[in-house]
Amino acid sequence: MREALLAIIERNSRIDIKELAILLGAEEAAVANELAAMETEGIICGYHTLIDWEKTSNEKVTALIEVRVTPQRGQGFDSIAERIYQYPEVQSVYLISGGYDLMVILEGKTLREVSAFVSDKLSTLDSVLSAATHFILKKYKDHGTVIARKKEDEREMITP
Amino acid sequence: MRNPLAEKVVAIKPSGIRKFFDIAQEMKGVISLGVGEPDFDTPWHIRDEGIYSLEKGRTFYTSNAGLKELREEIANYVYRKQGIRYENPLKEILVTVGGSEAIDIGFRAMINPGDEVLIPQPSFVSYEPCAVMAGAKPVIINLKAENEFRLTAQELEEAITDRTKILVLPFPNNPTGAIMERKDLEAIAEVLIKHDIYVMSDEIYAELSYKEKHVSIAQLPGMQERTILINGFSKAFAMTGWRLGYACGPAQIIEQMIKIHQFAIMCAPTTSQYAAIEALKNGDDDVTEMCTAYNQRRRYLLHAFREMGLECFEPYGAFYIFPSIKEFGLTSDEFAMRFLREESVAVVPGTAFGDCGEGYLRISYASSLENLRTAMSRMNRFVTKLREEQR
Repeated sequence: MREALLAIIERNSRIDIKELAILLGAEEAAVANELAAMETEGIICGYHTLIDWEKTSNEKVTALIEVRVTPQRGQGFDSIAERIYQYPEVQSVYLISGGYDLMVILEGKTLREVSAFVSDKLSTLDSVLSAATHFILKKYKDHGTVIARKKEDEREMITP
Repeated sequence: MRNPLAEKVVAIKPSGIRKFFDIAQEMKGVISLGVGEPDFDTPWHIRDEGIYSLEKGRTFYTSNAGLKELREEIANYVYRKQGIRYENPLKEILVTVGGSEAIDIGFRAMINPGDEVLIPQPSFVSYEPCAVMAGAKPVIINLKAENEFRLTAQELEEAITDRTKILVLPFPNNPTGAIMERKDLEAIAEVLIKHDIYVMSDEIYAELSYKEKHVSIAQLPGMQERTILINGFSKAFAMTGWRLGYACGPAQIIEQMIKIHQFAIMCAPTTSQYAAIEALKNGDDDVTEMCTAYNQRRRYLLHAFREMGLECFEPYGAFYIFPSIKEFGLTSDEFAMRFLREESVAVVPGTAFGDCGEGYLRISYASSLENLRTAMSRMNRFVTKLREEQR
């Protein structure tokens, strides 16, 4: 049941337990237990909302920052990653393969705020060798959901 | 002027679904649960393969019976899914313009004037007119709710005469969602072999089976040689608009079907055939994913109807549910019309699929869960209103 359950709530975490039980053909109690267990085990890490901030009056700037760092003896990339993710404006930190080491996703109110973070805080860290900042101009699809356009049902009436 | 029309065609009743659609199209904010096609887009990698074939300039005809590679992939697929082996796909498989064409030319290749075709109903609306146009006498078998709309050996036996040539076996069934399990098919097969009758097994919904893996009658001993197996890409791979289906069967019959197909159609659309090869090779995960979504909606609707107190057997196939509305004293037609006008939800009256569909509605769950939720709350309101009117 786990995978089927996760597949549903990954797309819509607001479905209540009663309906989840119907969709999965399971008992409500079993669904509730499974959810609780997965929360305890850290499989479910949170229930978030996908927001298109563009449509609000709230100004937000998101940047992807490629960071090259010097790994530390005995710790690899973990301790530098931890230094970086402590900042509340940092949304995500990934260790990645390829030409650089960490991908940092940062959210700020203005371009200046993001630039200031990169130049004052991120680049001045001892093990950071370089940082390349890419600002997001438009989000087309996020978390598997197309943001740019709403899909209409275009099926025409047909017999049989 | 002389009457330009063919009597045989004029005599055919237009489909009963049509008038609802005409009204629904005029109205605003209608939720249509009347559609018989997937709400999913064709998976991207399949569309991409179609586009690529156009880029490569593959815009010519294919051979009449379809691309060799596609027919071989169909043979692999049928073997992989059902364990039925067509050793010679180039002679035993024909690619058609949807499953519908296969139904039409299958009849035309096999029927002599006066031959009887057994058609269990409620079922897809095309069998009867196609059989009639091929010169057959259609003999309807009325399936019963108490058998979960499965065909029983006894019902079959009772309908057979000396002229019976073909049984149409439409499972998983549109509109009831009924399936035939192995034991049901075994009983049928015995009767068919005894009376030397052929089967046109329309398995277009085979992939959408929610109880156990679909069993084809052609899997049973002695049946492959008397079965035309019809399937296609529309339902399983959400490819309705590509118009692609196929028929598998004895070379002797397929050869004649190819003859009609080549003179009437030439060949199925080339772009669709290239896309279909991709669907068969790499589409299993998409099918599973869509099937999971349908299954969840199926459970949702079944639960919703039972909570409303509407009688409804559990459908294990296709994407339809077939609740009974007999308690309201309205015909299916009246119920569906009022429901459309008063609650803006389009469903199809059971009578569109045969007279024995009276008292039932076909509701399609090829629609988002969001739509289904809204539709069910409207249905609940409507049903409550009808019950109050009755008091």
